[in-house]
Amino acid sequence: CLPPSLSLCLSLSPPADIISTVEFNHTGELLATGDKGGRVVIFQREPESKTEPFSQGEYNVYSTFQSHEPEFDYLKSLEIEEKINKIRWLPQQNAAHFLLSTNDKTIKLWKVPVLKPMDLMVEVSPRRVFANAHTYHVNSISVNSDYETYMSADDLRINLWHLDITDRSFNIVDIKPANMEDLTEVITAAEFHPHHCNLFVYSSSKGTLRLCDMREAALCDKHSKLFEEPEDPSARSFFSEIISSVSDVKFSHSGRYLLTRDYLTAKVWDLNMESKPLETYQVHDYLRSKLCSLYENDCIFDKFECAWNGSDSVIMTGAYNNFFRMFDRNTKRDVTLEASRESSKPRAVLKPRRVCAAGGKRRKDDISVDSLDFTKKILHTAWHPSENIIAIAATNNLYIFQDKLNSEMH
Amino acid sequence: MECAVDAQSLISISLMKIHNSRTQRGGIKLHKNLLVSYVLRNARQVYIKEKYAEIYRMQQYEEVMTVCNEIQELNPLELDAEDADDEEQARAACCGEEASLCGTACHRDAAQQPAAHGRAASALHGCSPLEDDHKEPEPSYYRSCCMEASPVSHCDQFPANSSAHCNKTTVLDLDTHVVTTVENGYLHQDCCCDALQCGQSAQSPAKKRKVEFGCCISDAEEVSDFTAARKRAKREDCSYSSPDYTDTSNISNLISIFGSGFSGLLSRQADLDQICSKQVLASLGAWTRAIVAF
Repeated sequence: CLPPSLSLCLSLSPPADIISTVEFNHTGELLATGDKGGRVVIFQREPESKTEPFSQGEYNVYSTFQSHEPEFDYLKSLEIEEKINKIRWLPQQNAAHFLLSTNDKTIKLWKVPVLKPMDLMVEVSPRRVFANAHTYHVNSISVNSDYETYMSADDLRINLWHLDITDRSFNIVDIKPANMEDLTEVITAAEFHPHHCNLFVYSSSKGTLRLCDMREAALCDKHSKLFEEPEDPSARSFFSEIISSVSDVKFSHSGRYLLTRDYLTAKVWDLNMESKPLETYQVHDYLRSKLCSLYENDCIFDKFECAWNGSDSVIMTGAYNNFFRMFDRNTKRDVTLEASRESSKPRAVLKPRRVCAAGGKRRKDDISVDSLDFTKKILHTAWHPSENIIAIAATNNLYIFQDKLNSEMH
Repeated sequence: MECAVDAQSLISISLMKIHNSRTQRGGIKLHKNLLVSYVLRNARQVYIKEKYAEIYRMQQYEEVMTVCNEIQELNPLELDAEDADDEEQARAACCGEEASLCGTACHRDAAQQPAAHGRAASALHGCSPLEDDHKEPEPSYYRSCCMEASPVSHCDQFPANSSAHCNKTTVLDLDTHVVTTVENGYLHQDCCCDALQCGQSAQSPAKKRKVEFGCCISDAEEVSDFTAARKRAKREDCSYSSPDYTDTSNISNLISIFGSGFSGLLSRQADLDQICSKQVLASLGAWTRAIVAF
């Protein structure tokens, strides 16, 4: 239900780098962040304690490790950034958790031991390195529901790996044209279906989604379903192609829906309806008249992620000025909240914010469109799998908000 | 916060982004450059449409005729071996220009030069055949240039591109590490001038062209083109007001942005802003140049 009564329970600014990915594990007990410097920080939720009621359910640093280092490809004279693009957890196995982390080229599997009472610290160790399979920049990784395989996607190709085998992968999608001059679109995100191990979806820079079935063919270049909304010709502008590029795609927990994010909107698609989205949510439509400036300062290329809550009733995505938005699919209500130290004292409830059009009727505490800070962008957000706890990455700060009043999903 | 959504400035901004992407850490971002190329294409289409609309409204046929004659009058004054080529090229440019300007007049000649016109029409928006009764360029140069310019199949690759002309993307293939650029759909006069310049530098028109952009069509890495363009610039006083015009236009060749490490470009980044400036473009007058994006 919205608006949630979220209060800040943790705010961290490691003397570090810009956070580039945030991910809860399957139980929500662990939260991992990756940053531009190649570091991964894992947080663990403190078990509920009767003696310390205020610390119940709060997250503390569990482990930190250097996942990727900068590399240089001498053959191509290219520097490979150490920035962590994505982290994905595997389910817990025995006394350890596993996670996959990837930069532009190399995916790594890490073992995260469970802290025993006598241990002073947790030492994360690398278990597998999946390298040399991607010519282009890796943008997504997704673990299959079989927990044996996973896929990695770059701009033009998607590869399928077995978690135990590092020296080979299977190419399952290849959209590279015979002549690179004929290139018209790239892959922007990919994800396995949460339950059907043969199905996956990938999104493109043209705003299309393709659902593929690995049982149909070894090479899934032909999609099973193509989800595409026809372009509105009256809305055509210089930047139509840019703003229709999908920056993130997520299956709902139920597996029935897809959530996509493009520059101005978030859309919910029904897997059974390819012709248009089921729901479209305007995240910050007031930017539509400012696309030229946003192109000049490169903000139009920002890739916002999106997230479902555990019951698939609410979707969340980030925006500028450290704002993030939530949309309730059932009540059609939405709320804008801000993640910043100034506006959120610990345990105080977050106040809804409002952006008003320039020159429009302005209420107290409203922010005018022209006053938005475009350097403060919330690209990465994550929602606890079963509770109303969210993790928000605001540049190099991590905020974790909990809805103590409505801790259960509705 | 608002900026003028102006095709010309979008083109220069886009090219600057592509240039900067070369030196970005982590290598060229394929996705971002692809999106920038769409903006470039959209801006170019708008710019060309605007320019053509302006041209056809102006009824410049006689005006251009006058200029043509003036140029021919200049010839006896500077006749030497070197300039002879340039003179021919200038005439070609003149006639080519005039041909594209005078859509109606040139269409009359469609019957006379069906082959060239047919090919041109399929590939080049608003392209028109040369007037026969005006001077060279050699039809053979023109035809070969245009024919090489636009394999029609490439045009089909951009379904959103409704006009007959297409431009191509310059793309770095990271698998083979080959930078490829194919341009097609230059305007008629560019085609001719290029052909003649190509002829000068002994380039085959069939060769995959380096990118051309902005108000000039020369290839930055061809010194002879450079010189030729400079000479042409001397005569076209009314057209090019900026003395650095030909330098910057050469430098802005996109292939050098992408792959060839043309160091001169780096030192002249500021000049990129001038390239599509209104001043330069507006001063073209009878010598309108379309922007053929990469």
